[in-house]
Amino acid sequence: MSSRDVILGRVRQALGAEPAGPPAGPPAAPAAYGTGIDRGYLRRHGERTAEETVELLAENLTDYRAIVHRCWGTGEELADLLMRLLAERGAGSVLVPPELPPHWLAGVDATRVHDRAVSTPGELDRVDSVVTGCAVAVAETGTIVLDGSPDQGRRRITLIPDHHIVVVRAPGQVVSSVPEALGRLDPTRPLTWISGPSATSDIELDRVEGVHGPRVLEVVLCQDSR
Amino acid sequence: MRVALFLTCVNDTLYPDTGRAVVKLLTRLGVEVDFPAAQTCCGQAHYNTGYRREAEPLATHYAETFGPGLAAGAYDAIVTPSGSCAAMVRELYPRMGERARAEGRGTALAAALAPVVPRTYELTEFLVDVLKVTDVGAYYPHTVTYHPTCHGLRSLGLGDRPARLLAQVRGLELVELPGAEECCGFGGTFAVKNADVSSAMGADKVRNAASTGAEVLCAADNSCLMHIGGTMSRLKVGIRPVHIAEILASTEQEPQA
Amino acid sequence: MSGTFVGMPAFPKAAHEAVRDTTLRANLKHATHTIRDKRARAVAELDDWAQLREAGKQIKDHTLRHLEHYLVQLEESVTAAGGVVHWARDAAEANRIVTELVRETGESEVVKVKSMATQEIGLNEHLEAEDIRAYETDLAELIVQLGKDRPSHILVPAIHRNRGEIRDIFRREMGSWGRPAPEGLTESPAELAEAARLHLREKFLRAKVGISGANFMVAENGTLVVVESEGNGRMCLTLPETLISVVGIEKIVPTWQDLEVFLQTLPRSSTAERMNPYTSTWTGTTDADGPQAFHLVLIDNGRTDALADEVGRQALRCIRCSACLNVCPVYERAGGHAYGSVYPGPIGAILSPQLRGTASEIDASLPYASSLCGACYEVCPVAIDIPEVLVHLRERVVEGGEATQRGTRVTLQPAKGHAVERAAMRAARWAFTHPAALGAGQRLAARTRRLHPRSLPGPGRAWSATRDLPRFPAESFRDWWQRTNGGKDTAK
Repeated sequence: MSSRDVILGRVRQALGAEPAGPPAGPPAAPAAYGTGIDRGYLRRHGERTAEETVELLAENLTDYRAIVHRCWGTGEELADLLMRLLAERGAGSVLVPPELPPHWLAGVDATRVHDRAVSTPGELDRVDSVVTGCAVAVAETGTIVLDGSPDQGRRRITLIPDHHIVVVRAPGQVVSSVPEALGRLDPTRPLTWISGPSATSDIELDRVEGVHGPRVLEVVLCQDSR
Repeated sequence: MRVALFLTCVNDTLYPDTGRAVVKLLTRLGVEVDFPAAQTCCGQAHYNTGYRREAEPLATHYAETFGPGLAAGAYDAIVTPSGSCAAMVRELYPRMGERARAEGRGTALAAALAPVVPRTYELTEFLVDVLKVTDVGAYYPHTVTYHPTCHGLRSLGLGDRPARLLAQVRGLELVELPGAEECCGFGGTFAVKNADVSSAMGADKVRNAASTGAEVLCAADNSCLMHIGGTMSRLKVGIRPVHIAEILASTEQEPQA
Repeated sequence: MSGTFVGMPAFPKAAHEAVRDTTLRANLKHATHTIRDKRARAVAELDDWAQLREAGKQIKDHTLRHLEHYLVQLEESVTAAGGVVHWARDAAEANRIVTELVRETGESEVVKVKSMATQEIGLNEHLEAEDIRAYETDLAELIVQLGKDRPSHILVPAIHRNRGEIRDIFRREMGSWGRPAPEGLTESPAELAEAARLHLREKFLRAKVGISGANFMVAENGTLVVVESEGNGRMCLTLPETLISVVGIEKIVPTWQDLEVFLQTLPRSSTAERMNPYTSTWTGTTDADGPQAFHLVLIDNGRTDALADEVGRQALRCIRCSACLNVCPVYERAGGHAYGSVYPGPIGAILSPQLRGTASEIDASLPYASSLCGACYEVCPVAIDIPEVLVHLRERVVEGGEATQRGTRVTLQPAKGHAVERAAMRAARWAFTHPAALGAGQRLAARTRRLHPRSLPGPGRAWSATRDLPRFPAESFRDWWQRTNGGKDTAK
């Protein structure tokens, strides 16, 4: 008997009275799932206006050591801000996702690096910064979610450089809570949930920011026209 | 209001003063107290050490001792000055009945225990919830710090009831115990099976108690106080253990030490 | 020197050393108290904590009740998404499968995300014996690996080490594993973390094979979830060409929506954060992004034995948050190593004897490694009644009875060494069902009380070595009650 059958047989025996053996057929699906689960928890914690939700996002991001900026729209003001942020970091090179709106980086002096399939991690390791969009942002937890869409690029590009700038359209991309975020995301895409720069509490449970992921996370909240 | 006092085996044998204090206190509050002589032990030590089947006759004995009086209306409730033993009856007796049923031994045990389970009260919850008093007219001119014992705190959910009772005691100054909600390390047979850890926990509890500068550490369980007090006298700290019943029973006319 | 009822079982012996290690005691006290208070604050932020806890419990219970269905569904969805599913009955089989998968890539080194499952099966040691080097990339696991140490905590495996010790380990060992520690490394946590970053980065950049566990597996679409803080997880999950995930069969949730519960309760319970810095989810393989070969190794290794126990199966709800360790007064004083397993603390005390059985000295002693204070149950985000399971397992140790071992139903004999205790318990039970005998015993004790020793011989020494005995009163309460008619004839 294969290990698969052995394990499934053990499970069957553990849960019922029938002896372990090859399964009689496919296991019975439980009755409509979810009806039996008491989901009395909240869909979101507290009622807020859209602006208050964005405010809470900014607060929670800051609390976990991300640097938050606000700007109007995704036009010239954003381009100027990104230029300034990259210059302040002294970024000589910046990784660019395939479909990041080109005008965002119009004023940037740094060398634009594109993530090609043939690029090795070692090559990406020499890049200073990366600028991406995002899929959704969660106010209650101060979280940004990337889903690998063309304005965000492959997962690795936001991981290797030491400085990550994320552009969030607010309030359009901002939700209040984890339940709301999951509802907006496509589970089949590879997702990266980011809450502040990388951190560890492994030494005396004392939190230190900056381990393997980017040491600096900057979030630009762009007021979108909603 | 008439109650049956379930004193517990530890109190009956080692701490009769606590029993006398409960009688005095309840009598003063106009409650008629009876002490059914057949009572022995709730079976907690057996149950918690893994001897559930040995604990079953003790649970049945408890039910046979107190059940008929409740049924006949001879008393309205069973009161015990032990959070731990009250939790045994209230939380674990139903579980014992349920386990017996799951083992195919029928519902007899569950049925036998059912009448005594909801009518068993720990002393402070009886005072606050049933008699609805917090000022019991006590006088106790000492600084006191209170240790909430685990089963009272977490199984019974006594919450702030003991503190509310102590707050009304004239002459008593209540000081907060650091790390109050941490276990003192008694844990029944744990105290001897894991003596090193138990003693370390006890010593930390005693150091915290001594750091308050209080004269008295008060709790609602003498088994925990036996462990804490034994540690106190070994470490020679200037604080002594007293059961909450003895504080609440104390008056100007008849002060407790 | 400390006796017990039954000689010297393993946990007390191991704890004996730990309790006397003042550095260890200080390290653990500092760390657990820090995280304890933070957790309480993080949890208090959510008004619906009780409901989230209940939902988490119900989702896990439902999954376990229908585990066969969800395992098959998971296998189908992972396969459809481009992954390959393997099944391992036990540690040996899981190790063999992983070794073969690494061999097939032609590589001789792998990078690892922190994973309890791979610790449980002893994968690193097994790979080492097969000439495959496994690099731990979580900071604490690195500290443990470099120090040739054992983990002592689920979340923070090196919790028993303080910053000075960590600096010494880095200085001494990093060079033989790769990039040496920077000159003049101090003990500041930020510098230590930086040293780990530099040391590991070269390994991440060249790694072709990554090995991980998973916090959750979603049956309906085959998504795996890894919750982490440092980014080493992201490195291992995205840079290598091949990813092998070793996961216990109980880590399933039925639907994507179910994550909304656990992604709220896990970070707050574990690191006391609103959200941990990084969570990665992946579903099979994704073209041009991340590993192009994905293998999922599902392990039983005793889980179905726990599942067969109606009381004990709730331990399988565990989401490995470690909140129970952080509030446990026994763990705080005995340390993680005393539990003789990669699962220390309260959850370890109920998990190890179920996964491994209660035959060994250590496993038979674990159910007793608790004062039953209940703090663990109070903080558990999936409401595992750990005290209930501990008592249940104590019964299995002292009375024997029905159990399941490696899928076979067995009748266990009572463990050796409990004969004296059992006799004492029976005698006490007899006395407690014969009140007259109890009264006679009390009177005998009262009459002879001047003769009572101040310290006890034999097993009782465990008490009197550190605690004075209570003095026997001259008269039991029952005798006083009878003599004075309940105090009404105050002859006293």
